This record gives sequence, structure tokens and C-alpha cells, in this order.
Amino acid sequence: MRYYDKLVFELSREGRSAFSLPQAPDVCLPDSVSRKSALELPSLSEPDVVRHYTNLSQMNFGVDTGFYPLGSCTMKYNPKINEEIPGMFAGVHPLVPAGAVPGIRKIYEGIDSALAELTGMAHFTFEPCAGAHGELTGLMLIRQYHISRGDFARTRIIVPDSAHGTNPASAAVCGLEVVEVKSGPDGLIDVESLKPLLGPQIAGIMMTNPNTLGLFEKDIAQIASLVHGCGGLLYYDGANMNPLLGVVRPGDMGFDVMHLNLHKTFSTPHGGGGPGSGPVGVAPHLVEFLPEFGNRGELRVSGFHGNFGVILRAYAYILMLGRENVPMAGRLATLSANYIKESLKDCYRLPLQSICKHEFVFDGLVNDGARDGVPGATTLDVAKRLLDYGFHAPTIYFPLLFHQAIMIEPTETESLETLDSFIEVMRKIAQEAAQDPTLLRTAPHNTPIGRPDETVAARQPVLKWTKSN
Amino acid sequence: MSTFAYFPHTEEDICKMLKRVGVSGLDDLYADVPADFIRKGDYDLPSALSEQEVRDFFESLALANPKLRVYAGQGAYDHYTPAVIPYITSRSEFLTAYTPYQCEISQGTLRYIFEWQTMICNLTGLDVANASMYDGATAAAEAMRMCVASCRKRNTVIASSSLLPNVLQTMRTYARFAGINLVETYDIMEAVCEGTLDLAGVIVPSINRYGIIESHDGLAQAVHNAGALLAMYCDPSALAVVKTPAEWGADIAVGDGQSLGIPLCYGGPYVGFMSCTQALMRKLPGRIVGQATDSDGKRCFVLTLQAREQHIRREKATSNICSNESLMALWCTVYLSIMGADGLRRVNSLSYAAAHSLHDALMETGRFEDPFEDQPFLKEFCLKPLFGNTGALQEALLEQGIFSALETEEGYLSFCCTEKARKEDLETIAQVARSI
Repeated sequence: MRYYDKLVFELSREGRSAFSLPQAPDVCLPDSVSRKSALELPSLSEPDVVRHYTNLSQMNFGVDTGFYPLGSCTMKYNPKINEEIPGMFAGVHPLVPAGAVPGIRKIYEGIDSALAELTGMAHFTFEPCAGAHGELTGLMLIRQYHISRGDFARTRIIVPDSAHGTNPASAAVCGLEVVEVKSGPDGLIDVESLKPLLGPQIAGIMMTNPNTLGLFEKDIAQIASLVHGCGGLLYYDGANMNPLLGVVRPGDMGFDVMHLNLHKTFSTPHGGGGPGSGPVGVAPHLVEFLPEFGNRGELRVSGFHGNFGVILRAYAYILMLGRENVPMAGRLATLSANYIKESLKDCYRLPLQSICKHEFVFDGLVNDGARDGVPGATTLDVAKRLLDYGFHAPTIYFPLLFHQAIMIEPTETESLETLDSFIEVMRKIAQEAAQDPTLLRTAPHNTPIGRPDETVAARQPVLKWTKSN
Repeated sequence: MSTFAYFPHTEEDICKMLKRVGVSGLDDLYADVPADFIRKGDYDLPSALSEQEVRDFFESLALANPKLRVYAGQGAYDHYTPAVIPYITSRSEFLTAYTPYQCEISQGTLRYIFEWQTMICNLTGLDVANASMYDGATAAAEAMRMCVASCRKRNTVIASSSLLPNVLQTMRTYARFAGINLVETYDIMEAVCEGTLDLAGVIVPSINRYGIIESHDGLAQAVHNAGALLAMYCDPSALAVVKTPAEWGADIAVGDGQSLGIPLCYGGPYVGFMSCTQALMRKLPGRIVGQATDSDGKRCFVLTLQAREQHIRREKATSNICSNESLMALWCTVYLSIMGADGLRRVNSLSYAAAHSLHDALMETGRFEDPFEDQPFLKEFCLKPLFGNTGALQEALLEQGIFSALETEEGYLSFCCTEKARKEDLETIAQVARSI
């Protein structure tokens, strides 16, 4: 990667333009509603624009560039056929009556029934635009369910301490009070700690299974029965669905409501932070609360029908996968994660020894190289050194249960050769740390920029370009 | 063992990996899962398709939808997409990256978000903008929450009934669950002046659901006097020519970036934007990119002010948003780089000319009344049909391959023209209206 320093505004030259539109007289609006201030946008020729953004792209690392073992993000390969589909529907206005878009109706019906079959839910709503948006929608459905039964007191939701940050945040946006349940020493929800939290104020529990440590919550049947017994519902955070794809269905485990991240489990590209899609599925007794099934007056969480372009890509993936390949999806993801874990556990601290699912968590280096006067290498330093070797870093410092967490998720689309070369580099970095931790502490060395000063950036924020900065 | 195109594992690879893990078969990796939960037998899914079959499948479904030329808006506008944009946004370095957590190998994403934030600030006239929201409707709902979060112990937000219906529905949903008292009214000034000590914010459209550019003289003053914040819902394309939220005195501006060249695509993905005054910076939801310097003193860009966000603050975060619509923000940023200020004004001029010509042609038919006579509109307008069957025009136009004349809650018909409008279509719409 090469450092390229321009911003588009700095390339602007008055007199250049890249648009081609016929002449037209200016709009004729009353002065009182017209824009007065000058509009500053760059003036560029088309080649300028293309070269600028191509240069920017070359400072970026994507799944197509290399291995991206970012835990809980499921950075699997994004099939190219998927990218060809949305263009076929580009011109369809969202308010065209359903009767005039029979093809689109078939797509929603088709993906709804496929996702229902894969998850054990009855139906899905496709309005949520991302995972956290799905969580919020699912929690709204849970509250709606209780309210419809006249059960107004259920305003608390149980969230494990290992949960993704979006879980408690979504609960708060939904007006629910978060009650945290602690993980036991085995990294799983401690059923004995859960029991005293249950009662008539509990709307439900949000769970990720496997949890963010990559461990299967093996007591799920008991947890489901306890929560249902107190009148609560079970919410499944689908962010970690990948190892269960084709193996286990959340509906069979007793979950009532769940979301899927189509941009994780169903292979749609992450786009540098969206667009995603977070469809929410419900068990049969909650279908009546879905907006698509007669509850439109009560619930709308986005402008139209969700991120249709993303939904199309996910559906294409499901059709490619088909009945024959789906059982291997989760299994191979799980195999890859365990393979890396077993290959590195002598160099990186592995706090929990059990078989993991799609991801697992190390707690820093076994030997960080600290000695008299020389501080050791941290998880951050390992992550930065990985960039030098052409790998994206794992998720770091999450979950919060371990101070030096390194969360690795390889997915099922990486070859054994890729996993082996990652393992080799991770071992080499561990060796470097033991010999010369400073090499890691000053990494990365081969990237377009070195480590930024984030403290100054936050203290004196510069959040837009002006002529002077 | 199947040979599926996306799974690189050979049988030999799997054996080698199982051996390293110390188990004898793939199902042993699920030994901790109660046996009842392991799926036995096939999933009831279609048989795997080849790539060509997938393409054929979607092509036939696409053909099943009649091809329609669009003369409707209501929050989704059929502006032209320059060829450069999909070419750039499909570059896999942008497309297949995650949120830019590792800034040293994500300067591409971070730079275009910084450019997007700057362009949104320039369009709205406000000081800061975030990296994007899901869409306009959720951005409006977040603006409502932001008003309440910024005005301690106040919980009422007044929203104009003239906001787009789907925006209002989304705000209503968010308000209900968050316990926010959302008051909807057409007479905003009266509602604000009546006064309530509980008032946290007011949300009005720049251009309303009827296409009218609203006048908000004195509103900001009144809202601020009441100790509340003013948020404005805007069409970013139109901001090239209509008075900006900053010029109206608003504290927050939100809207949908779709009008900046994003294809209609049956409603998504689009992109919400949000900008605000400097004073509210730390109350913004979502990602924000800031300028920094690296260890060598080089200019670089990072995710900043993260202490507002869910991964740090959990239930105390300003919002639960994590993934947003980054790639669509790139889409709009490239669009604005192509158009520049002159191009964006030209888009408005052409849309304005077409819409006004359609308006006049429809009025000439004698089949409509203009409920908003003498009020300024840009590219979208509503007329009251004088014929009984209000849905008949839309249906008749569908037969002609035209999607237009959307019926509103009041029984008006809504029309919209962009720079893509064709003269012959405008004539057809008027002609069909005459014959209804």
C-alpha cells in the first residue's frame, strides 16, 4: 500500500466539471426560501475523480485483499455473482404497488421461507438495516407482545456481561432497563446467577449462542425453560450464527425472536461499515406483531422495505449454497477456528480450553518480552504487527472479560494454506515479542501510515475539511 | 465431499485439521451441543444452483416486474447515476472492507467518510456531521432522541405533520418505545408558542410531503426561546438551491442521501445523514471520523469521539447504531465530486423545469385543483383530483409504463420530476389525466 495524501477538495480547480447535463434556466424560487450561502463542492474533471478514489481504495484492506480474522464480524468471502443481481432491480421505486412487482414479492417470500427453515423461526421482517437495528426491532416486538397481553410491568431485559455492546445499547433505545448476568468461570452464563434475576418484571433475555467467547451455551435448554417459566421471551443475537448455519437452529433451542446479520452469515459485503441487513425472525406466536403481517400501524423501523439490495445478495448466496452445501458451512467455520486455536495455544494464553465454535479468544501473549526497563508487547502491538505481514488484525480488547483479549474468527472460506500462513506469522510475532518487544510496540512499519495520535484527535477534533486545515 | 466454489477445503485438508484439533469427525466439534438440537437430515431448501442458474433465476424475476419510468417521489427520487459511481464503489478494497477499526490499513474508507462529513456540512451549513445513518427515517428518529438527550429532563418533541408519512411512522415507533412524548401538528409555530416546559425539540421538513418548500421564519427563535432544539428534515440534492437548515437557524439537520444519485432499488440500501452545531457534537450518534497525525507526523484519519458509542458505553451510548451505510456514503461522495456545485444546481434546474411544466399541463386539463396554489415547489407537487376514482390515474399510467400519481392520505395525487424526465412522458401523463 502506498501513502496518498490528497482529499478531493484539494484537487479542485475552478472551471472544471465532470457532469454532463443539458443547459437549463436557473430555478425560480422566492428569495425567502432560496439558499444564500455559497455551496462549496469540488470542481473536478471525471479522470480526476476516478484517479482520486482509486488511489484512496489502494490504502484499504478488504476480504479480497487478504485474510480478515476479525472476531464476531464473520468476514467471509463475498461472492461476485451476488454483486450482479441488485442492478437488475435498480429502477424500481419502493412505493410501486405490490401487485405491480410480482418478481420482488417472490424474492421476499423466497428468502423469508429459506431463512425460516435455516433458523426454525416462522417468519421474518426485512425492515431492519443492520444487526443492531434488528436487535432494536426484536426487542420492540418482545415489548409489544407483553403489552398486548396487558403485561405492562415487563420492562427489564437480561443481558450477559459477555454480550456485544449493541445488546445493552439496543435495550436502552427500546426503553428497557438492562440487568446484567455474570459469566461463570467456564465463560458460560451461570444458571444459578440467572435464577434470582427472573421475575414478573423480566421482558426476556438477550443471548448470543455461541457467545462472544465462541463457546456454546450448553445450558440453553434449561435457560429457555427458566426464562419462559417466568413469562419472559428469549432473544437470539444472530451475530454469531455462522457456526450454527446448517447445524443447529435457534428456534429449536427455544428462542422466540432473533435477528440475522445478512452481511455476516449470508456473505454480503460489509462495505466499510454498511450497508448491512438485519432481518428479524419470530416464532409462530409472535408473527402477528411483524409489520409485514398486519401490524404496520404499530411498527415501522425504516423508510421502506429494508436494504433490498443486500437482501438480494443474501438470497443469491442461499441459492448457490442450497440444500447440499449448507451443512458444511457452519462445520467448516468451526473446524477452521479450532485449528488455529490448537496451533497457537502454546504462544498465546488460552483462558478457556474447551472446543470453540466459529471464534475463540486468547488473552495476550504467553511471553510478552517484558524485562528490566523494557515494557512488554500488548495485544494492540500484536495486532499492529500483523498488519506488517499482510493480515488484517483480529478483534482486540473484546470481550471485556479478559484484559488482553484477541478474538479470532477465520470463517469457512479460508483455505488451509491461508490458515497455516497466518499461524506461522502469529508464531513469528510471538517470537519477536519475546526477543524484541519494541519491534511490536512501534509497529506497523510497512503500512501507508504509522500509529496515529488518537488522543489529540479526540481532544481537538477536526471533523471536516476547510481551506485552512 | 462436495466441491462448493466458496469452500476451499479438500478431504485431505479436513483430515489434517481434525487431527490437529484432536477429534475424529466434524460432528465431534459440536459435542457440547445437546444432541436434540443438532439437525438430522436435510434442510428443506432448494437444491444448490449453478452461477448461471442463479443469474437466470433473478433475471426472470426482474423481468416479471414491468419496467416503469418513475415520476413519483415521496422520499425516493429517480435522479441520474453517473457511470463513475458504481465503478468506484464496486472496487473490492472499498466493498469488502469492514468498519475501519485498523486505521493504518483503512485510510481509503476513513478519507472518504471525512470527505462525506465535509460535504454534508457544506450542504446543510452546519458544523459537524457523522459517518452516516441507516436512512432518512431512522436519522429523523435519532434526531428526535438526540433532542431529548440534549435537553435534560425534557421529554416532548413536536413533529410537523407535513413530514413524509414513513418518516413520521418511524419516529412514532421509536418514540413509543423510548417513552418520548411525540406531538404531531401542522401548526408548529402555535404549538411552540403555546409553550411547554417539557419541550426538548421540534422537527420540521425543509421541503414537505406535498413538495412545498416550507417557510420557517422566526421558528428557530421561538424554539430556542422555549429552551429546545430545532431539527430539520432535508433533501440533500435540493439544498443546492433551497435555504439551508443553518440559514433557518436549525441545530440539527437530517435526511436521506438517496437523492444524491443512489438508485431506487425498491427502497434500499440508501443512507441517512446527520449534522449539527458544534455545541451538540458529543451528542451525535454513530461513527465520526477525525483528522490526526501519525507517528511520523503525516496527516491521517481515524474513528474519533468513540466515548459516545455502544462498544464503549454500552447502555449509556448515544445510540445503538454500529454498522451504518458507509458504502452508500461513498456513493454520495463520489456523486457530489462528479456534480460539483454547478452540476447539483443544474440537476435542480432541470427537475424544476420538468416539474413545473408537468404541473401546468395537468392544471390545464381542468381535472385538478391546486391545494397549494402560490406556494413554492421544486421537483415534487400535489394536486387534488376533481374526478372520483383517485386511484384510476395511477393505474392507467402503469399501463403506459409510467409510475406516478401517488395517492396521499388526504386524497391528493403526488407527482415528481427529475432531470431524467422525458417530454413525451409528461405529455402522456397529462393526456391520460384528461381522459380519466
